[in-house]
Amino acid sequence: MSAPLKLHFDIDGENFTSAGEASVKVKKWLRQLGLPQDIIRRVAIAMYEGEINMVIHASGGYAEVTVFPDRIEIILCDKGPGIKDVELAMQAGYSTAPERIRSLGFGAGMGLPNMKANSDTMKINTEIGVGTTITMTVNM
Amino acid sequence: MKIREIASLAGAEVLACGELLDTEVFSACGSDMMSDVLAFVKDQGLLITGLVNTQVVRTAEMMDMRAILFVRNKRPTPEIIELAEKCEIVVMASPLRMFEACGLIYESGLKGTALK
Repeated sequence: MSAPLKLHFDIDGENFTSAGEASVKVKKWLRQLGLPQDIIRRVAIAMYEGEINMVIHASGGYAEVTVFPDRIEIILCDKGPGIKDVELAMQAGYSTAPERIRSLGFGAGMGLPNMKANSDTMKINTEIGVGTTITMTVNM
Repeated sequence: MKIREIASLAGAEVLACGELLDTEVFSACGSDMMSDVLAFVKDQGLLITGLVNTQVVRTAEMMDMRAILFVRNKRPTPEIIELAEKCEIVVMASPLRMFEACGLIYESGLKGTALK
């Protein structure tokens, strides 16, 4: 692999049913590239949780996945309300998701902790009223 | 444990990928919260849930799970079944409640998944 390979996705914030489609595509793409299954699964889970978060909290945004020779980088960018208290949001079980989302099977307060658990580095840039950008890397 | 055995234990109807009933699963996770499911990592698992929407199939796909058992007489929509067929995930529907379904399957030898 010489030049890094990159995919870009626009995430539709209005459609809960289609949430996760970008993660499915990334999973298939990484499989085609012949990457190890555990790496693919970590990327898929981290990105899927991020994608769901963007739909639940931020009316969508975009995702960018880049494969470098030594790592996979996932950037999730939205123009949502921002995260008020990142430390609190990182606690397993803490959620601000409305009941409607919980009835859809999400909002258990495991999204960000799952993203952290499945990535080697995770950086959250967030500003109230402006949006949130999360950058995760998974080492190969 | 073969998926066929799980279907029989749970008195479940097979609704998708019936040709894959001889696939082995080695672990199971029972939950209506998909993020809880995503916190568990094991190969070739079974997802037992009472939640019915397309994200159940997508969660199972992300986790490389082989089968979904819907409990409490929940009926997956044609859209869910179609997506599962595409992902090669067996879909079953059982009249049992979650606790009973998990209990029967656990007692028969299929164990849970360790927290990562």
